Order: sequence, then C-alpha cells, then structure tokens
Amino acid sequence: MTGQHVQKRKSAGSLREAIRQIRRNAGLYLLLLPAVVLVILFAYWPMLGISIAFKDYSAPLGIAGSLWTEPWYKHFFKFFNSYQFTNTVKNTAWLSVYTLIAAFPIPIVLALGINQMRAKRFKRFYQTAIYLPHFISTVVMVGLLIIWLSPSTGLIGAIYGLFGKTAPNLMGSKGAFDDIYVWSDVWQHMGWNSIIYIAALSSVDPTLYEAAMVDGANRFQRMRFIDFPMILPTAVILLIMNAGQVMNVGFEKVYMMQNNLNMSVSEVISTYVYKIGITHAQFSYSTAINLFNTMVNVMLLVMVNTLSRRLSETSLW
Amino acid sequence: MVTPMTQTRKRSAKIHRTRADRVFDALLYAISLVILIIIIYPLYFIIVASFSNPSAVTGGKVWFWPVGFTLDGYKALLEAPQLWTGYGNTILYAAAGTFIALVFNIPAAYALSRKDLYGRRILNVFFLIVMFFSGGLIPTFLVVQQVGLYNTFWVMVLPFSISIYNIMIARTFFDTSLPGDLHDAAQMDGCNNLRFFFQIVIPLSKAIIAVIALWTAIGHWNSYFNALIYLRDPWRRPLQLVLRNILITNQRIFAVTTGEAALEAVRKANLLRYTSIIVSTVPILAIYPFAQKYFAQGVMIGAVKG
Repeated sequence: MTGQHVQKRKSAGSLREAIRQIRRNAGLYLLLLPAVVLVILFAYWPMLGISIAFKDYSAPLGIAGSLWTEPWYKHFFKFFNSYQFTNTVKNTAWLSVYTLIAAFPIPIVLALGINQMRAKRFKRFYQTAIYLPHFISTVVMVGLLIIWLSPSTGLIGAIYGLFGKTAPNLMGSKGAFDDIYVWSDVWQHMGWNSIIYIAALSSVDPTLYEAAMVDGANRFQRMRFIDFPMILPTAVILLIMNAGQVMNVGFEKVYMMQNNLNMSVSEVISTYVYKIGITHAQFSYSTAINLFNTMVNVMLLVMVNTLSRRLSETSLW
Repeated sequence: MVTPMTQTRKRSAKIHRTRADRVFDALLYAISLVILIIIIYPLYFIIVASFSNPSAVTGGKVWFWPVGFTLDGYKALLEAPQLWTGYGNTILYAAAGTFIALVFNIPAAYALSRKDLYGRRILNVFFLIVMFFSGGLIPTFLVVQQVGLYNTFWVMVLPFSISIYNIMIARTFFDTSLPGDLHDAAQMDGCNNLRFFFQIVIPLSKAIIAVIALWTAIGHWNSYFNALIYLRDPWRRPLQLVLRNILITNQRIFAVTTGEAALEAVRKANLLRYTSIIVSTVPILAIYPFAQKYFAQGVMIGAVKG
C-alpha cells in the first residue's frame, strides 16, 4: 500500500517535472507548432480517411457517414481478382528491380573514377556536367525522350538514317518501355547519385595511399583495395533503402510515358490508383489499392532492415 | 647505406606506376569522355534543333550546328500565352512555397535538434512515421477539399510544405555545427529560446537555409503532380503542367485545320517543343553553376546522418 502511494507521488512528481521542463523551453514548442499542425492536418488526418477502403464512400454521407462494406475486404478482393492485379504488381516490381540493378552500381563506378582523376580542371567540368541532368524536370525529361526517340524528328531517326534504315517507333513499343524508363533514369541521375560516394571517398586517409604506393600498388589496385572498401558501408545502407522501396514506383514519369500502345507493360500501382481514384472517382476502391501498396512497402522495409541487421549489422533503425 | 636502398625502391615504384598507371589513366579519361558526350550531346542537339528548319531536323541533316537557321520557334513562344501564364504562376508558387517551407521547417528542425527538448523522442517518431506511412492519394485529396483548399493558390504552397527529409538534414546540421555551449552561455545571459533562435542560430545557419531554399524552389519549379490533382482552372496551372500539354499530350495549340495552314501549324508545334524546353529549363541552368556547391553540400550533410 505504501508502495502504491510512493508510486503515485513519483508519477505526480514526474508530471510536475515535465510541465516545468516544457515551460522552461516554451519557445521551442512555439517553433515546432506550425510544422506539427501541418503534419497533423495533411498527413495524420488523411490516415483516418483510409477507413473508406473498408466502406462504400459516398460524398453526401461523408467519410464517417458512409456505410461499411460487407464483407470488410470487399474492395481488396475486387482488386486481387481483377486482371489489373497481377499486371500492375508485376510491372511495378519489374520496373523497380530493373532500375535497382541498372542504376545502383553505376554511381559507385563513377565516383571511383572521379576520385582517381588528377586533372583538376577536367574533373570539375566533368562533375558539373554529369550532375546537370538531375535538375531537368520529369516533364521535360519525357519530352526530351519523345523528341530524341521519335522516328521522324529525333536523333534516333537521324542515326538510323545514316545507315539507310527507318527507325522503329520506340516510345510506342511495348518491349522498349522498361529499357527507356530505366536507362533514361540512369542517364539523368547517375552523376548526382555519385556525390554521396564521392563524399565518402573524401575521408580516405592519404597515408593509406602512400603506404600502398610504397608497397608497389598501382592506381587500379589502390582503387580496388582502398577506395572500394571505403564506400561499401554507404553502398549497403543505400541498397537497403532502395530494396525497401521495391513496390514503390513514382507516378510522374511512368504516367507521362504511358500511351495506348505500351499500357499493358506501363500500368503500375501508383498510376492505377490515380486513374481509379481521380479519373473514375471510385474513391473507396482506389484507397483500398493504395493501402494494399503501402502495407506491402512497410512490410518490405521492415523485412529488409531486419535481414540486413542480422547479416551486416548495418540498419536504418 | 640507407639512402641508395630507398632510392632504388622509389625508382622501381615509379617505373611500376608509369606503366600500369598510364593504361589506367588512358582508360579512365577515355571512358569519362564517352560519358561526357552521352550526357552533353543530346542536350546540345535540342539547342541546335531549336534554331533549325524543322524539315532539316526531320530529314536527319541537323547534327552539330543549325541547318536553315530560323527564329520561328522563338517567335512561336510569343503566340503561346499559356506558357507565360504558367511561367508567372510557377514563379509565384516557387517564391511563396519556398518562403513558407523555410518558415515552417527550419524552426522545427532547430527545436528537434535541442537535447533538452522534453518529449524529443516522441516528436521525432511523430515526424518519422509520416515518412513511411501516409493516407494515400484519395484520403489526402478529401482532406484538402474539406478544408477548402482545392483549386486555390494556397494548395500549391501550404499543405505539403513540410518536408521531413529537409527537417532531418537541418537537424543534423544544427546538431553538428552549432557549438553546444553557445546556448548555455546565452541562457546564462538571460537570452530566451526564441531570441536565441532568431538572433544567433539563424545568422549561423545561412548555409543550410540556402540549401533547403534552393531544393524547395527547384522542387516547385519542376513539379506537376500537386497541380494535376488539386487545381482545376487552366489559368492557375504552373509551368510544368502547361509544358506537359505542349510536349507530351501534344495538344493543338494552333487551332488551324486546313491544308497549308495545318502543315505550318505542325511545323510550329514541333519548333515550339524545342524552344519551350529551353526557356523553361534556362532559369535552373542559370543558377546551377552557382548553386552546385550548396546542392552537393546538402547531400553530404544528409550522408553524415547515414
């Protein structure tokens, strides 16, 4: 009984202590307030709206007033049984796995190369040039692709013309969609993505190079045995982060690259959610598909993170 | 005794270097040159094409310099008023959006960086959750509609101005580059938190403020998703949405239907694609050389956090 009493007094004391601490730093909470309010309004409040994935949303009744579906998984089963389920899941997974395989190693190689350059002027120019495409907007990027790859007005047409051939219509080709998507991404972001590795390399202790030189190591060997191990931890972390995003293909670029000819390979979950929700105004169904995707993403992230903690002792949390 | 030995060793190392390393260098620069061409030439092609006669471009005659020099493409820009409306809108959205983002993100990041902030852990989790989990498209859309922001100026600058990523980067910056005893000293002198933040922290944090301002401004300049979802009126459209019509949806801008005039319209529409790409990207390319340092810095601050 006395123990309970002490416990009570203690918690009252810690509450008083908390209030004292908060009052002492009241200004800090004022600085936090606008951000907290916006996050609650536009990030947490919409989470309540996820409930419409289990309802038949109707605008006049509102989110709270709309009726629950019977059974609760109605919209989810509708998606699992639709022909778009395998299609969108497959396309989403393939696009991001392909991107990961192609786009992950190249920045590492670029950074290793840049780090070995001794011509200062050229090095700076080279870096400036390869970072540049990162700042081109997605709209312009897809516009550029259409211009370059157009059989009539583009570079491709001209190059084929040199050999007296007619270029295929690549933007309208089903087989080329994934290649164009992935390699244009590599083209646009490889330079920028190398910065993080260049940063890691800048912390290499120069005495390591000197020691290696004394041992007769050539430049390639120094790169292989000093630089490469140096950036490996950064690479592992980035790989984990990317692997956790495998079912998350961005909307903007895919949506603009879509046309009637490539739709069967270019429809991904995010574009399908948009079309069902905004174009066809099926709010509940769209939210259900979106929620399914979010759950898969969260699960993947947790799995990949756990796996990597076991295997390499590097993890996000 | 010692000197000749080290000398021979040095020499042998040098010989070794010149042989294998010369091959290495040659390969390195050759590959880099190829990459450089792959990056620069396609962009250069757009510039050359914008000054060329479209039929020369179609005929595959345009490679390194304009063929059939013309300024028609740039004249066509003047006949596309929606592009300039978009330009103006984007400048407004970018300016207001960047200002709001700074006012909301930087103070929050500073507060979170303070070790003596009671409830710091919970607040961190509060912000982090949003990074991995969200309501998704439709629930967010419904909220925006419900608070009356749909199809307004404010939807472009306010609701999505909080960037957790930017808060994390700024927080790391405050953690690592503000001396911890600075605040203790100021407190001793009776300086409260708000005054300390505005008079001491902000002047010391120009670098991180510049990084976040530039990122946010460029993000506004380049984005079209929010406008696609939350705007209805064509006159509110930002640059990228207008560009999307010109470049991708290929909307007929010159409403001409017959014979010669139709051909001329197609010719102009083609030219307009090159020139609109150029005028919409020029502002970013103009600040890029000066800003590059800051961009890279931001990535590196983020990298420290891992």
